[in-house]
Amino acid sequence: MSTSMTDRSAHRGLPPLLEVNDLKKHFPIKAGFFGNTTGHVYAVDGVSFHIEKGETLSLVGESGCGKSTVGKALLRLFPPTAGQVVLDGKRIDDLSQGQLRPIRRRVGVVFQDPFSSLNPRMRVKDLLAEPIRNYGLAKNGAELDERLAKLMDLVRLPRDAVTRWPHEFSGGQRQRICIARALAGEPDLIICDEAVSALDVSVKAQIVNLLQDLQTQLGLAMLFISHDLAIVEHMTHRVAVMYLGKIVEIAPRRSLFGAPKHPYTEALLSAVPVPEPGASRQRIVLKGDVPSPINPPKGCRFHTRCPYAFDRCRTDEPELKQTQPGQWAACHLHDLPEASNPLARSLPAAA
Amino acid sequence: MALLEVENLQTHFRTPDGGVNRAVDGLSFSVEAGETVAIVGESGCGKSVTSMSILRLIPEPPGQLAGSIRFQGKDLLKLTEREMRAIRGNEISMIFQEPMTSLNPVLSIGQQIGEALRLHQGLSKQQAEAKAVEMLTLVGIPAPDKRVKEYPHQLSGGMRQRVMIAIALACNPKLLIADEPTTALDVTIQAQILDLMRDLKHRVGAAIVLITHDLGVVAEVAERVIVMYAGRKVEEANVADLFRNPRHPYTQGLLGAVPKLGSSLEGETERLAEIPGLVPSLKQKIQGCVFASRCPKVTELCREVAPALEEKAPRHVAACHYAEREAIAA
Repeated sequence: MSTSMTDRSAHRGLPPLLEVNDLKKHFPIKAGFFGNTTGHVYAVDGVSFHIEKGETLSLVGESGCGKSTVGKALLRLFPPTAGQVVLDGKRIDDLSQGQLRPIRRRVGVVFQDPFSSLNPRMRVKDLLAEPIRNYGLAKNGAELDERLAKLMDLVRLPRDAVTRWPHEFSGGQRQRICIARALAGEPDLIICDEAVSALDVSVKAQIVNLLQDLQTQLGLAMLFISHDLAIVEHMTHRVAVMYLGKIVEIAPRRSLFGAPKHPYTEALLSAVPVPEPGASRQRIVLKGDVPSPINPPKGCRFHTRCPYAFDRCRTDEPELKQTQPGQWAACHLHDLPEASNPLARSLPAAA
Repeated sequence: MALLEVENLQTHFRTPDGGVNRAVDGLSFSVEAGETVAIVGESGCGKSVTSMSILRLIPEPPGQLAGSIRFQGKDLLKLTEREMRAIRGNEISMIFQEPMTSLNPVLSIGQQIGEALRLHQGLSKQQAEAKAVEMLTLVGIPAPDKRVKEYPHQLSGGMRQRVMIAIALACNPKLLIADEPTTALDVTIQAQILDLMRDLKHRVGAAIVLITHDLGVVAEVAERVIVMYAGRKVEEANVADLFRNPRHPYTQGLLGAVPKLGSSLEGETERLAEIPGLVPSLKQKIQGCVFASRCPKVTELCREVAPALEEKAPRHVAACHYAEREAIAA
């Protein structure tokens, strides 16, 4: 289930920048006086995907589906339980912390809350100089200053901002500083973990545009983790939808938003309120809540809320199968004859 | 007479350094019985302070309220604290954003719903519990007779927000203020809660003031919309007019900054419209138009003279010198 899983015909020959195979992260639950393990939270339970150079892949899903855990496991903020992470043809999940250090330069990260991810006691200069010094990218002070000025230009902040403290900036400006820090090591991949979710509408648009410009300018690949489907649709190339620790559908943007092949994707899309009064849309309101990842349902994990669930869904776990070129979905409906498959519709022609 | 009439409301806060923060600066609007009015704007525009001001939840000092808030003809700003308490949770109630922090963790759900009933309607403990079960059924919580004895930590986020709605509706309020009721929830749960609010509105008939920053939620729920910026109202219109034909440059910017779902189906997506710059500080009195520093159409006039709220089309007001104006039939 590696590269064969997703459509790579456009990039034949070149290895993908990042490849994740069957990644798992289970958190033990400790209880009692002796701290015995009484169970596991199956936060991420077998996730595979790849990202090409210069491509944006978005991970979407509701809270608790494991999308942030995937990002953190890739960064090795905690060790994954199982699975492989391959960066540019080299396996990095089994490296020691020391061996990993030079590789960390190649992956930048921007977190959700720009207020808590900048050290309030460090000037912007020091915040940005830390990665540059760590990776030995500047030989002397003059070179460092030059890099800092370049970073400020990239994120469109005034150059003299480097002498100021984080509290002197607004939320949007701080997020720009976070982006500058992520770019300081000249990475190939940036992981944006809900990077625009905490921002106001007008500022959000500024940051989204900035990220898109940086991507074309620097040829960055991006893993864009978000729950905001409209923003995702606006800026992504491909989308992976997660539910309870698994990817239920992965597809290019247009196929996923135009003709979703998993009932969860379909419901998720129909649940987003659209800023168009009187828009007549058929809404699928899912019943109940997401089950606990401590004890995920047997069979298909979505069957407890799925409007189309039938007997097989309660016992067999569906695997990701290709339904359209490049579009993969984990749903038994696609084994049924087309007439009885409610998700069999095809993509509407482009206007 | 409208159910709620807010006139020239000014909520100012004294800051420790001796300045004044004009969080809400001369806001007027009204809400008819049974109507849903949305107040939208970005953080710091004064929308939440407005809702807190209506219920007089602003601590004084440092807060300072001026103007008038007439609810069914009574000026709420002139009532004593005791009279105000008789209104809170009874005739006007509120749903807050964060259901986890607004429920009391050490009281059962039933006690929390029953509290308002016992205080305002003088029900006994048993009657209150029976009514609490009824309310939980109304907001669609399964097995309500069991849930009524449970505590907030035993419920999921969506369930907690349902409980908050049950508490707010327990005394059949005439006005319900919902401050970002679905912001903390996931989309599928948000869809459930919005459906519930729409359904309950028909059944209970309360007027709703919905405070939100999510234009999608506004489009789905509201009948009339007030756009706030830097403590002032910049535009007001019914929901269809506002989205189809926004008159104020700020509203236009706001609508352009939100990507629409389904945008990728029509070929390449366009760049999002940005509103450059930042919201002005509310600590200085703003001369001229509040939006002047970020407006693409700004002129000298805007920096000097604050535009008045004018009717630019029937029942569509905007505060802009240059907003397009439709001939209004006499």
